[in-house]
Parts: sequence; structure tokens; C-alpha cells
Amino acid sequence: MHIVVCIKQVPDTAEVRINQETGTLIREGVPSIINPYDMHAIEAALWIKEQKGGKVTVLTMGPPQAEAALREAISMGADDGVLLTGREFAGSDTLATSFSLASAIKKLQVDMVICGKQAIDGDTAQVGPEVAEFLNIPHISYVRKINEITDGGIKVERLMDEGFDLVESTLPVLLTVVRELNQPRLPSLKGKMNAKKAEIKKLGGPEIGAPTERLGFSGSPTQVKRIFTPEPRIGRSMIEGTPAEQVEALLKILIERKCV
Amino acid sequence: MPVKIDRDKCSGCESCLAVCPYESIVMKEGKAFINEFCQMCKTCLEVCPEGAIKEIIETKPSGVAMDNLDDYKGVWIFAEQRDGIVAPVANELLGAGRRLAGRLQVELSAVLFGADAAQAEELIKWGADKVYFCESELFKKFNDEPYSNLLSKLIDTYKPEVVLAGATAIGRSFLPRVAARLRSGLTADCTSLDVEDDSRNLVQTRPAYGGNIMASILCPRTRPQMATVRPKVMKKGEYDPARKGEVIRVDADGIPCRTKVLEAHRETSGHKVNLQEADVIVSGGRGLKSAEGFKLLHELASLINGAVGSSRAAVDEGWIPYSHQVGQTGKTVCPKLYIACGISGAVQHLVGMQSSDTIIAINKNPEAPIFNVASYGLIGDLHEIVPLLIKKIKEHKEK
Repeated sequence: MHIVVCIKQVPDTAEVRINQETGTLIREGVPSIINPYDMHAIEAALWIKEQKGGKVTVLTMGPPQAEAALREAISMGADDGVLLTGREFAGSDTLATSFSLASAIKKLQVDMVICGKQAIDGDTAQVGPEVAEFLNIPHISYVRKINEITDGGIKVERLMDEGFDLVESTLPVLLTVVRELNQPRLPSLKGKMNAKKAEIKKLGGPEIGAPTERLGFSGSPTQVKRIFTPEPRIGRSMIEGTPAEQVEALLKILIERKCV
Repeated sequence: MPVKIDRDKCSGCESCLAVCPYESIVMKEGKAFINEFCQMCKTCLEVCPEGAIKEIIETKPSGVAMDNLDDYKGVWIFAEQRDGIVAPVANELLGAGRRLAGRLQVELSAVLFGADAAQAEELIKWGADKVYFCESELFKKFNDEPYSNLLSKLIDTYKPEVVLAGATAIGRSFLPRVAARLRSGLTADCTSLDVEDDSRNLVQTRPAYGGNIMASILCPRTRPQMATVRPKVMKKGEYDPARKGEVIRVDADGIPCRTKVLEAHRETSGHKVNLQEADVIVSGGRGLKSAEGFKLLHELASLINGAVGSSRAAVDEGWIPYSHQVGQTGKTVCPKLYIACGISGAVQHLVGMQSSDTIIAINKNPEAPIFNVASYGLIGDLHEIVPLLIKKIKEHKEK
């Protein structure tokens, strides 16, 4: 079983603070981490490898420093790391990103692709399903439990807005996973040694056999027109007084809004 | 258009580093340098005091541009159903779609899979001119492949210029497949939609970077322009029982399918968990101190017909299941009323709830960041305030 895990290096938003005056993010000194959902994707792949045997390859697209994310995944137990990097990928939207990742995955013989549900910087949740479409394989989103894996198929539970579904698919398949699925392991000492020694394969557009006009900005249907800061909430009022007075005011607000 | 920095002009002042929302500008040998994370948002262009940042005109051909944009006409909304009933978000999409269709002077159509004909008629009363409708068994339960196959096929045949769907579990799972198949753009989780008059481009605005910035996205070179729209943001269409429209039946012949939905389990517990559609959410954090604390919130929520949410801290403590978590790694919600009890307001929580209409924050710590996004703030002990509030609401109801 060969499993490819797509990961993304993102700024750790738990460490981000907001500048109260400008309403912008203070990003200074914010560490880069593996997107938290992707940690669960890595764990799922390692778990399947333990059950079924095989190999886990981690794949990312980003600047040269994204190599650190691949090494971290290897320290957890992944076998190989592949980095898509180069100017030709600049300005990629989700479609161009998915096309690039899928082109790289096509070069590998894979039985399964696992992604985190979404990345915490963009929150689009689009790259996983789009990669599946470009690979012409089925996908199952928001996987919260892996029930069964056979030679040609998989049975999983996917989280929905009002409960969950039991879904079956043929292999190869792409899964996007949620936090409930598992608890990501910590790197082992041996893993850390491997991560140091590991050779990260760096690929550009030509190596993945993708036409440059389908990559980066040229391959992106969507464009950012404008970025702006949301208007801050105005007219906050503090409700003061004794708890009884506070509750009285609160009740009035609830009645005004027809909640009671 | 790509953006470049003239290294001779760059003074190394780093003003562009501070404004780049994608952290794509780095310092190299004392000069600013744009790396591959650049999204071409052009925010840095305006701030450079040296005028060293320039937009360069792209000469490379685009691999996605279409030359028949004018063939695409009309606004479509995908009306998702759950257990045969059209979800409320569909009516919101009809409201937003009607407005866009008016601006573009085109028809508004809905697409409905797997429900019965009565539901299709309802969509007309909610504002659709046409409903493309497939009653097939194959669509009763949500399944990505048949859904994306049939929707792509319909779009290919009828060529709408705009396609909207709810940013729900269903919409967010299969719309990306449709976008990839049609090689067009999809913008996730939009909170506002507008039209550029001359180009007919859809201006799709969404929170990005954890909700701390907003990005307006265009899809100028391809059609259809697709967007998923956050539930509870758009106003519902006007219901008119006398409205007439056309129901066009489509069949699902030859739709291959490699996935199968074996069972669908719906949450049946008394507590409302569908946070994204709740009008009122009562949410708790570390300040609740225990799983026991959530009983209070459940009681309050049931009195005001609300759902119970939580911060990540409370989930990590094991006081409440993950399905209740609001925030960046949980659910994004925007109810009419959000009551935050004992939640300090870490960025990761705020981005998931700060667009709620009204936010009431109860917290002991006057410095808690939650007060920065609150409409009403109460400094005090929730274990005192909430029980008293429950008592008062009960008294009020008895009156």
C-alpha cells in the first residue's frame, strides 16, 4: 500500500495576536507549523501502514523552507518527502495548486491519498476534492473513522452537518480527515535521525510533466482583487452593576431579540 | 498580474513585509524579496515608499482562459436536500441569486437532486424561475461522485455564468470536484457577493487568513464563476405562493459511481448540534471549569431555543465533544445571537464566531480579548450570572 499525504506549511494562528489599533495580524515571530489537520492525515497514513504494510510519502508545495514540514513528517514515521517548489508555482489558486499536486502524484503509484480537511490559513477545503478529480479517483471528505480496509476498498465514517455517514469506496481513493479521527503521534528518536538524513526530492514544473501555462498564476482561474480589513464591531457596551442588575439587562436584550 | 520588487530601488524598510497577508515577502541581503506564496493581491504596491514594487504585465498564455465567456448566461443555485427536505441555505441562496440575476438581467435557476417534485415547486415559490430537477434514488443520500457528475453535465449543457452552493458539508465537499472538472474558479465560504457592471464579473468576498482579513476574489477568465456561500449570511428570498416557474426534469443515466453511502446516521439527541444553522448559540470555554458546567449552558440554550457551542480549550479538556467546537479548527458560525460564557477569546475562537449579529460575552477577566468583539460585555462570574439568568427567564416565561 503506497499512501501519499498532502501537507501544507502554515503560520501557527494560535500564536497570532491582533493589533488592536489597526485590526491586522501581528505575524512577527509567528512560527510555521504543519497545518493541524494535516497532522491527522499523517497519523492516519502511518496507522494504515502499520496495519497493512507499505510506504508513506509526504508531499507539499511551497517555498524552499517548506522542507522543514516534510522533515517533521518524516520524523513522525513517513518514508519519503517530496517538495514542489519554483517560481512557476507562484500565485497558484486552489485549482492550480491541485493540478500541480495531482501531476506530482500521477508520477507515483498510489493506492491512497490523504489530506487534512482544510488548511487553517485559507480555510477553503477545496484542494483535496480537486486533487481527487484531477487524478480521476473518488474522494470522501471529513473522515472521522476508518472502519475497514481491504485489498480493493475502504469503509469509513464521514462527518456531516447533522451526524455522520458510513461510506464505502474502491481504491485508489482520496480522503480528507478531521481531528476526531486520531491523535497524531510525537516524533520518535529514530524518526528524528531519519528526518536529518532524509533526502527531500525537489520538483519543479518540468519534473512533474505539467505545462507551465496550467501552473501558478497562469493556471489560476481566480484572482485576488482586493484585500481589506473587516470593519471593527462598533458600539460595544459594557453591562455593569451587581449580578442581579446585569442579569436584568441581559433578560431585556433577550426579550428584545425575541429569544424568550 | 505578477508583482516584482526592483531590488535597486528597495531601501530595505520592510513596510511591505508588514502588510503582506500571505507572508510571501522575505528579506534577503537587506532587500525585500517575493517568494512563491505570493497570491498577487497587490496590497504591497501601495505601501512601498520608494515605488519599488511593480506589477508586471503577464505575457505568458493562461492555461485555463476560455474564449467563449459570452455563451454563459444565467444564475444558478444548488439547492441541497437532507432527508428529502430542502435545507434552509437554499432559500438564502435564492435570495442572493435573485439579487444577482436582477443586476445581470438574467434568469435565476435552482438545481435539486434527490427530493420530490413538491420540493421543486417550493423552490419556485422561493424565487426560482426554473428548477433543474432529478428525482433519482441515486441522489437521496449525498454522494460526491454522482452529485458532481450530474451537476457538471448540467452546467456543461446549459452554461450558467454563476453557480452558487451552500458552504455546508455537502457543498464544500463536491463543488471543488465540479470546479476541477470544468476547470473554472471556485471561491469558498463567501460572505458577500456583488457584480461588476461592465465585465459581469462576480465579486466574491470571503474572510481569509483566519477571518482577520477579507479578500475579494474574481474569476475573470473562465465560466461559470462558482462560489460556496456561508449559511445564515444572505437574506432569504421572498416567498410567493403564486409565483410560476418551470420544472425541468433531468435524468441520471450513465452516471458512474465508485463510492456508496451505506448508512446515514443523524444526531437524534435532544440537543441541537447543527451549530451552523442555529439562530442562537450559547458557548462555553475554560471558565466553565468542568463538564458539569456545560449542563448549565444546555439548560440556558434549551430555554432560548439555542444550540451549545464551545471553545477548543473545553473540547481539549474533554468536557464536550468536538462537534460543538467553534473556531478555526472547529465550526464557523454566524448566528443572530452568540453568548460566550467563560471564553477568553483566543484568535482561533474569534475567527469562528466574530461575524455573529450580536455577541454577548460573560467573563471574569476584564482584559479578555472576547470583549473586543462583543456587542455587550458582562464582567463577572458566569457561575453566578448564568443560573440567575436561567431563573429569570423561567419566571418571565411563567408570566
